Amino acid sequence: MTKKNIVSKLPYTKPFLFVDEIIDVNEEHIKAHYTFLEDEFFYKGHFKDNPVTPGVILTECMAQIGMACLGIYLLKDSWDDENWQVAMTNSQVDFYKPVFPGEKVIVTANKIYFRFNKLKCDVVMHNANDTIVAKGTVAGMAFKK
Amino acid sequence: MNKEELLSKLKTIITPYVQNQEGLENLTEDTDFIQDLEINSANLVDVILDVEDEFDIEIDNEAMEKMLTVKASLVIIEEKLNEK
Repeated sequence: MTKKNIVSKLPYTKPFLFVDEIIDVNEEHIKAHYTFLEDEFFYKGHFKDNPVTPGVILTECMAQIGMACLGIYLLKDSWDDENWQVAMTNSQVDFYKPVFPGEKVIVTANKIYFRFNKLKCDVVMHNANDTIVAKGTVAGMAFKK
Repeated sequence: MNKEELLSKLKTIITPYVQNQEGLENLTEDTDFIQDLEINSANLVDVILDVEDEFDIEIDNEAMEKMLTVKASLVIIEEKLNEK
């Protein structure tokens, strides 16, 4: 499975796709980046006249990379988004720095375990200055529809 | 390890994942993890992983799919312990 292939197989689309490109992936680890657009839909309301990326969206971005992308890689050819679904089951995330419109973030995830189609990862998000913006663990499951 | 000890260890393992406390208080061999204790499928995986750690056994896919009740789980744990 190529890196480009994984992104195209994700079950998300705009305006809720938060992965641009996978930099590196193997059985244990994944690294990918996303640049928040200046006009993402949530900036209109979060906050009034002061757009900041919501923590739930940062968590979502880390989950799409750390769970969905890595999970698809680990499931290899058995995955397809017609017959499978994913669900986030746990997240514990701390936030350290705000992420503003137009900012690029780099997410790295390390597998804690992948058993019975449940994937749990340690995830970290850095900004373009290599400063940590968020860190935690996420877990999710893939199951047949 | 006798059955009572096994059951008590299993109860300790599942406790943090149980959503229906009444089901836990009335735990019997017939208790179904999903129906009676409202453990979801994601936490069922955690139960299995904790069982593996506690008893130092390995649960494969086939065994995992059967481990939906207390009774079935005890049978599988005993089987795997005997294989050791």
